[in-house]
Amino acid sequence: MNRMRCSQPGDSKQASRASLPGSDDILRKQLPNGLTILVRENFASPAVVISGYINAGALDESPERYGLAGFTGDVMQRGTRNRTFRQLYADVESIGATFGLNTATTTSSFAAKGLADSLPLLLDVLADILRRPSFPERQIEKVRAEIVTDLQERRHDTRRMASLRFYELAYPKDHPYHWSQLGYESTIHAITREDLITFHQDNFGPEDAVIVVVGGIQMSEAAAMVEEAFGDWETSRVPRASMPPAPPLTERRTSRETLEDKTQSNLVVGWPGPSRRHPDFIPCYVANTIFGTFGMYGRLGTNIRERHGLAYYIYSRVDGGPGPGPWRILAGVNPANVDQGLSLIRDEIRRLQDTPVSDEELADSQSYLTGSLPLHLETNEGVARSLVNIERHGLGLDYLRTYQPMIRAITTEDVQRVAQQWLDADHDAVSIAEPEAVSEGKS
Amino acid sequence: MNKPHPPFADVRYVALDNGLKVFAQRSATAPVVSLWVWYRVGTRNEHPGITGVSHWVEHMLFKGTDRWPSGRADQVISREGGVYNGMTWQDFTTYYETLPVDRLELALDLESDRMQNAAFREEEVNSERTVIISERQGHENSPHFLLSEEVIAAAYRVHPYGHETIGHLCDLRAMTADDLQRHYAMYYTPNNAVIAVAGALDPDVIIERIADIFEAIPKGRPVPPVHLVEPPQRGERRVQINGAGQTNYVQIAYHIPQAVHEDFHALTVLNAILSGGSGFIVGRGRITNYTSRLYGALVEGELAVSVHGSLAPTVDPGLYTIIATVWPGRAHADVEARLSEEIDRLHQEKVTQEEIEQAKRQAKALFAFSSESISHQAFWLGFSSIFADTDWLTSYLTSLERITVEDVQRVAQTYLIPDNRTVGWYLAQTPQRQTTR
Repeated sequence: MNRMRCSQPGDSKQASRASLPGSDDILRKQLPNGLTILVRENFASPAVVISGYINAGALDESPERYGLAGFTGDVMQRGTRNRTFRQLYADVESIGATFGLNTATTTSSFAAKGLADSLPLLLDVLADILRRPSFPERQIEKVRAEIVTDLQERRHDTRRMASLRFYELAYPKDHPYHWSQLGYESTIHAITREDLITFHQDNFGPEDAVIVVVGGIQMSEAAAMVEEAFGDWETSRVPRASMPPAPPLTERRTSRETLEDKTQSNLVVGWPGPSRRHPDFIPCYVANTIFGTFGMYGRLGTNIRERHGLAYYIYSRVDGGPGPGPWRILAGVNPANVDQGLSLIRDEIRRLQDTPVSDEELADSQSYLTGSLPLHLETNEGVARSLVNIERHGLGLDYLRTYQPMIRAITTEDVQRVAQQWLDADHDAVSIAEPEAVSEGKS
Repeated sequence: MNKPHPPFADVRYVALDNGLKVFAQRSATAPVVSLWVWYRVGTRNEHPGITGVSHWVEHMLFKGTDRWPSGRADQVISREGGVYNGMTWQDFTTYYETLPVDRLELALDLESDRMQNAAFREEEVNSERTVIISERQGHENSPHFLLSEEVIAAAYRVHPYGHETIGHLCDLRAMTADDLQRHYAMYYTPNNAVIAVAGALDPDVIIERIADIFEAIPKGRPVPPVHLVEPPQRGERRVQINGAGQTNYVQIAYHIPQAVHEDFHALTVLNAILSGGSGFIVGRGRITNYTSRLYGALVEGELAVSVHGSLAPTVDPGLYTIIATVWPGRAHADVEARLSEEIDRLHQEKVTQEEIEQAKRQAKALFAFSSESISHQAFWLGFSSIFADTDWLTSYLTSLERITVEDVQRVAQTYLIPDNRTVGWYLAQTPQRQTTR
């Protein structure tokens, strides 16, 4: 193909590598209380983004209080000792800014975004909700109603039910991934204001917490503002359970959930996968790109959606994350095509294990992963997301600059080895949520 | 150090001899270029029998041509680290590629090829039929879709905005490769298209290159005009959907004017005050609405667990829609009554100056967020030229700035009246017979 005759000189990949964030243009500072600050300037943007996390999450819940971490996080955003609910949002919404706190298994992630001059206000608001929540009685009941409504909506949502049952199949009951972070109606109804207050006191502190600022603000100025808001936070959290490993599946586990009044089936097939820090993560990530991500969703998309027209969507993902997050395949299919789709998915798994991928296929996926880096880093949010991950998984400030050779070092043998190691077409967790009529008479 | 500069400050525009309009702007925030090709075809250009045809044609344009066989574009663009996709809606079908800056040629080659050479092979059309029906079934699993489809169908009895972009199931079953081919031949012409490019390149050079490639494509026949006009609504319309679930919803839709109408910006401000500020399509829904009037009335009042409002700039008159999720155990009628009280308040009393100022500050911030990335800048250049022109875009904030408390009251009194609305209730049916095996 002709290169653009008027293109500017230089290779795009060289150009982009030079502008990738690294140790010489990211400010990193650790405060005595254990909080780590990362800042990256972007004066091309009129906006500023804050992103970070606290080490508190569903891992810290007891079985009779599933959903407590998320419930606590939601109510923390509904009023503080300095600001009522109305004041909190009047301050932020009146300038078109936004903030939020979202609780997962091991961490509670927070984020805020506004025009650059709103940084001091946004930091003050975040410090308020993280350090000084007031847990107003009335807001607790409102949040409870919201969660219960969400749980009721989930019961009638094929995609969400397929996912819920998948985690129950793929992880044993003593693993936190077995349980829903949202909780269950029975546990949500049982949670008291005291539970929320205690959960916050016990688990929210600056130790190993991270806060990233990216946008049109000077690095030293931003770091000083973060220190001002969080430097005197001295709460230390109670010791926490460690993330347990997940045993590999030794049998096929299947759940078929029928939902009334639905027309499409949703399907999840998968296994416990490598954590982000596991040495197999990067080879798995490359293998998964070939399998279910590249272009229109890799081999799965090409063969099952494009060639057979069997699915509206099909893709796969390997989560990584702090624990053994799943490697899974997700699909939305016509109810009549579920069994054929499943059989084709298993054929693709075996093909990835039995036959080495071609050099061209591997090179294409490597090229996609390295070439798309500038696109992921185009916005402040994209940069902030990368910096949070770098800190969270101990990847090093020059990670983005070493990413390309790391991806290119993966071989076809690596891909085959990890496919054999982590995927198993005979011992898998299969969760299907489908319309009522179709499944009658089946299984 | 780069200084922030307002996007869309220096847009270049040319119209080629074959009628193709081209917009380009330099944006050097990342070594990336984004190309969007827009066709003025969507739900608006469909009629019963071929509903959903525009969206289906979009799918077929990813099936390959002789020059770009199936899967080739996917492979070539992805291995450059690029992304590409398509989107169909009421007034448009658009295709985009965002790529490393020196790979723009790939996108130009692909798009100039599929402007003329898309194939509609019988077996591929049939294979895609299953995919599209499956997409519709995925939508049907959602109570929101079911309710919204019913509400818009009742709100429009003449204009084609009354059906969803995905189309009716019967049409998806019946349409043929010939139907798709005919639609493509009619609307995929340079005179019915707009190209928008943003990226770290000289815009004059981009335009010159686009002219080189696209000028060779012959001008097509003028597209059939859409003469359908929705008659004024002369009384409230009501619909009800019974469906599975435990959660109830109330949706209310008012007819509002098109994007270029003088009242559109006042309605944008009204929506921000009533239900919270939001952007259009890209970057929408990014800020909370807890200080909005409806949140205060319905959610603080424990009648609803959430409430949202939305409007979009369209070629022909559109809808302003409010949807509330009913608080567990509360009645639809109570939610509707409280919502109507808040609308009445907009008729009776002027909003405060502070509310107007907040709406404008929110719009300014949302506009900055939604035009932050190069892809979104190119999106906006193309999108605005579909329903108006780039002046609409560049003057968006100043147009909002001019809105007064009197304007908000006037548009509330004009459009947010019972005769002009369609009310939909989603009634969740219990008990459940859900089982797990």
